[in-house]
Amino acid sequence: MDFLRPASWEEALAAKAEHPTAVPIAGGTDVMVEINFDHRRPEYLLDLNRIGDLEEWEVGEESVRLGASVPYTKIMENLRGELPGLALASHTVASPQIRNRGGVGGNLGTASPAGDAHPALLAAGAEVEVESVRGSRLIPVDDFYTGVKRNALAPDELIRAVRIKKADGPQQYSKVGTRNAMVIAVCAFGLALHPETRTVRTGIGSAAPTPVRAKAAEEFLNAALEEGGFWDNGKIITPSVAKQFADLCSGACNPIDDVRGTASYRRHAVGVMARRTLTWTWESYRGTAGRTNKGSAA
Amino acid sequence: MSTPNGTPTKITQGSQTKGGIGESTLRPDGTLKVTGEFAYSSDMWHEDMLWGQILRSTVAHAEIVSIDTSEALALAGVYAVMTYDDLPTEVKNYGLEIQDTPVLAHGKVRHHGEPVAIVAADHPETARRAAAKIKVEYRELPVITDEASATAPDAILVHEGRDDHHVGHVPHPNIVHRQPIIRGDVAAARERADFVVEGEYTFGMQDQAFLGPESGLAVPEEDGGVHLYIATQWLHSDLRQIAPVLGLPERKVRMTLSGVGGAFGGREDLSMQIHACLLALRTGKPVKIVYNRFESFFGHVHRHPAKLYYEHGATKDGKLTHVKCRIVLDGGAYASASPAVVGNAASLGVGPYVVDDVDIEAIALYTNNPPCGAMRGFGAVQACFAYEAQMDKLADAVGVDRVEFRQLNAMEQGTIMPTGQPVDSPAPVAELLRRVKAMPLPPEQQWLSAGEEADVRQLPGGLSNTTHGEGVVRGVGYAVGIKNVGFSEGFDDYSTAKVRMEVIAGEPVATVHTAMAEVGQGGVTVHAQIARTELGVTQVTIHPADTQVGSAGSTSASRQTYVTGGAVKNSCELVREKVLEIGRRRFGSYHPAWATAELLLEGGKVVTDGGEVLADLVDVLEDESVEVEAEWRHRPTEAFDLRTGQGNGHVQYSFAAHRAVVEVDTELGLVKVIELACAQDVGKALNPLSVVGQIQGGTIQGLGVAVMEEIIVDPVTAKVRNPSFTDYLIPTILDTPTIPVDVLELADDHAPYGLRGVGEAPTLSSTPAVLAAIRNATGLELNRTPVRPEHLTGS
Amino acid sequence: MRVNFTVNGRPQEADDVWEGESLLYVLRERLGLPGSKNACEQGECGSCTVRLDGVPVCSCLVAAGQAEGRDVVTVEGLADFAKQRGEQGGCASGASGASGASGSCGTSLQDAQGWSAKGQDSQTGEGTELAPIQQAFIDAGAVQCGFCTPGLLVAADEMLERNPNPSDADIREALSGNLCRCTGYEKIMDAVRLAAARQGEAV
Repeated sequence: MDFLRPASWEEALAAKAEHPTAVPIAGGTDVMVEINFDHRRPEYLLDLNRIGDLEEWEVGEESVRLGASVPYTKIMENLRGELPGLALASHTVASPQIRNRGGVGGNLGTASPAGDAHPALLAAGAEVEVESVRGSRLIPVDDFYTGVKRNALAPDELIRAVRIKKADGPQQYSKVGTRNAMVIAVCAFGLALHPETRTVRTGIGSAAPTPVRAKAAEEFLNAALEEGGFWDNGKIITPSVAKQFADLCSGACNPIDDVRGTASYRRHAVGVMARRTLTWTWESYRGTAGRTNKGSAA
Repeated sequence: MSTPNGTPTKITQGSQTKGGIGESTLRPDGTLKVTGEFAYSSDMWHEDMLWGQILRSTVAHAEIVSIDTSEALALAGVYAVMTYDDLPTEVKNYGLEIQDTPVLAHGKVRHHGEPVAIVAADHPETARRAAAKIKVEYRELPVITDEASATAPDAILVHEGRDDHHVGHVPHPNIVHRQPIIRGDVAAARERADFVVEGEYTFGMQDQAFLGPESGLAVPEEDGGVHLYIATQWLHSDLRQIAPVLGLPERKVRMTLSGVGGAFGGREDLSMQIHACLLALRTGKPVKIVYNRFESFFGHVHRHPAKLYYEHGATKDGKLTHVKCRIVLDGGAYASASPAVVGNAASLGVGPYVVDDVDIEAIALYTNNPPCGAMRGFGAVQACFAYEAQMDKLADAVGVDRVEFRQLNAMEQGTIMPTGQPVDSPAPVAELLRRVKAMPLPPEQQWLSAGEEADVRQLPGGLSNTTHGEGVVRGVGYAVGIKNVGFSEGFDDYSTAKVRMEVIAGEPVATVHTAMAEVGQGGVTVHAQIARTELGVTQVTIHPADTQVGSAGSTSASRQTYVTGGAVKNSCELVREKVLEIGRRRFGSYHPAWATAELLLEGGKVVTDGGEVLADLVDVLEDESVEVEAEWRHRPTEAFDLRTGQGNGHVQYSFAAHRAVVEVDTELGLVKVIELACAQDVGKALNPLSVVGQIQGGTIQGLGVAVMEEIIVDPVTAKVRNPSFTDYLIPTILDTPTIPVDVLELADDHAPYGLRGVGEAPTLSSTPAVLAAIRNATGLELNRTPVRPEHLTGS
Repeated sequence: MRVNFTVNGRPQEADDVWEGESLLYVLRERLGLPGSKNACEQGECGSCTVRLDGVPVCSCLVAAGQAEGRDVVTVEGLADFAKQRGEQGGCASGASGASGASGSCGTSLQDAQGWSAKGQDSQTGEGTELAPIQQAFIDAGAVQCGFCTPGLLVAADEMLERNPNPSDADIREALSGNLCRCTGYEKIMDAVRLAAARQGEAV
């Protein structure tokens, strides 16, 4: 095994071009586990920690350009306003220690269906900025996931940043795990309201071979909201609309049974999360507080 | 060879107070542990040491057609590769009670992850690469996975040609041991019952999940022997199993206890001990073996999963008429502690209740599942889960409050157990229940207390943000349990303590040397306290545990404070007598009290029971040192009759009760335990701080197996599907509730200081209390633990 | 390969490092600093927590080469680290924050000690200077087998540096990456509350 330590992005691209089998390592969350447990013995490890650019972000007019290695902790602390869905998703990642080192680039590089960031990226709308010595390109996140732990990267390409649309409305994110912290998703759901375009977008994690959007559910809800004039009148979404949206989200799943949960539970849970996150975001859009259950303790 | 880094040293602890029993003195190893200096077995290091690696079977049940080690041996940096054929003597198996476990597989593997070959190399990565180059050809056999497949008429025998002492009384050779308990006449009692409830319960396979994986360092000695630095629960039991395999007399296998990163039963069996010694003797170099977490899941036995079938009856005024039950424990491929687990499950199978008519059968199976053995509360834990569910069901059927129903049937001192044994010390079962019930309930909807928004950290799902209160329903549940303390069924359960007293730097100092495995429980703290109480010193030195002193028995069965603590007390008393003899010799003529009064050692002086000081210990001892090494035993127990289960099998019982308060997201099936209150009788709290720590820790292990912990074994292949901390989940600090503890101290006059073993009882009742609370919240029947989200949502 | 970095204020050099080795392995097996524990090697238990350029991380997930030129603090250096911070007033500025006065969260010293048995001491390792969090873990009975302790101490110390007056939920969240199998976490909560209260008292 060789350990490559590029000091700059250009050096990193050159190294990746020269050694296309090199495995990039940044936060180490996935790569080091594979090495520690002898699941993987890459010929080259390509350390990205020395490239400071990757840990920076820029907030633009339309979008946030988030360096691939910006730690989840920084996203939670600094980008809650611009990227509320991703900030919530970041908070569900593993443990504080891992959130201090892991970033979205790693989630995308591994492309596990259980990666916590994916549903938030899908819901917000994002493009993955990838680059090689041949040049740079933007891959819409919808096209990025090509199979179980497979993505659209060419062998000589590295992920530089993710360009995520700034929130123009409320966003939510929920994840089911069998523990209250430090848990891999049984399934996850992200929802973003986009009042500017009067659309909603979704993202589902761990309930199909890749992260997916529930497009039929989005189309149904877009139509229902438009039809009822909801974007303008801010009325409460009727339970039947919410239920149908939830059912369509469940229907977008193509899950498996595994040690973390059953396929049917995943479908069910995605439906529940879809309904709840719709309620939370819509309540927020209507300008009321996010609290849905004001108890006597208040 | 020289001494390795990390060799344990003596720890001296003084105290500004008396520091005796009953005080919450602090751990003598505390400073070392918080500074990172305390050496665990995985921290041992020796110049020139090699790393050992074990090759394990990739299938559960197969004949080994061939093993080719040539490529592994050819790898640079590899010093040795050993298989069954390289074992040095005719003793090739080991085992706690039945020697059925091969040191390395011979002809056949019987479970997934069974050791097949071992390697020593100069770097762990070299050892891993070498192990990967060993070619093993398997011819797979059908797997035995449950009672039906184990006892089918044409079932393959997991062990051919058994000759152990249980084989004569089991109905099938794939049953390790069977213990019935028959008392009274269940058929007649059933006639008297106004209400009968039945239930079938399933208990999942739990892992001890101690944080310090199996590890140790074997150093070859100049006399041809070996010195093993090891994390274990019982040095002498290891020694008895290791030495014959190595072909060495026990005196040539020296064992020293290294730092132990938790145990909970998982270190009662051998893991890498023999392998490290074999490689060290073969290579002439020190060999260190450290399992990683994946291997640890294969490297030790687990808690027996169980199927439990219960029938309970009661009269309309709420008195139990009878209990009939059948408990089927899956022992996996090797016997380990299965016979004792069967004995506990059977003899404690009705719980802490008065029932005259009982028909119990408990068995443990041989299967091709992972071997199961000791884990905190074994046998009693599985039974408690089931009988407490039954007690709730029956209370509901009778129409009595669930706690009252238990209190109505609660055993007390004088109650006759189903084994015919009278309970001859306090058994405050009803009182423990009263106490947990009387504690104030935690406030509702605490997630709203922090501010405007729901604090998801206090809700089911936690940081995953699944609910802001929607679907959340609270439930409350109660349970109580009974556990035996100490080794039972006629086992000669003794401990040895060597205690010395001398003057060092002008101060009397006591040194306590035992082979007790300190695994975190605080035995070393208690030993120092006992020495202070008995010998009137403040400075106590705790000698590292090793095999240079007699056996201290196992750190299990809640027995160490009772038995090794008893041995330390006894040896201290003998030392005291000798010190007083010296005093009488030297000073007896100066004061008549030397001859007439009851004399004590207090505050570094010899005093009369009236408090008069006769002499300073420093003056009595001068440069003499007094040393005693003595064995100490608790009262003998008897075996259970193999047909009726009658017999005075246990020495002491321990009781705890829990009240669980949970909040369940009923739509998503996620559970947050809000509070888990416990009341326990400990007889006498030698160290209250440690006692509460034991109760809280045991409580949470019970919580874990209620809501998340389970080793999942594929029913088709018998392979473990989740051998990692990613998929075998244990509770985090966000999963654990507040644990108020109410400690009772009702002395058991038969035990040292009246104490009662503490460690296990809280692990019993915690699980059924949580399950009861979840049932209370959801209205679901829930006959299996752990509860998974899909069980609560029906999806 | 060779790796150079600073550990507990001292420059360190490790030679012949295999490229796949973790920072944890180098600390434990090459630099003689076994205080950081290896319990899972997959970032699920926190026993190997160290500070890398000030940030708590799982050292099992840091490739040794990634530590090149960086600054590491392990449990072995925690007491010195805390002492220096104290001298620089690092925690003092945080601890004097307004939230402390309101009493809306956190625990007073009196409450934190309410559970504690009085009149005891441990002279073991007398002369060893401990960080406040280390002393609190001993005093509160938060140490049993102790295998999780080093990682918890590093994580808890860093939390108290950031948040000197944490609520119980804050403590739980900050320590949710550190598994303990012995204590049920209650005495760990006590220890952190105690350290926070003593820290507040000292200001």
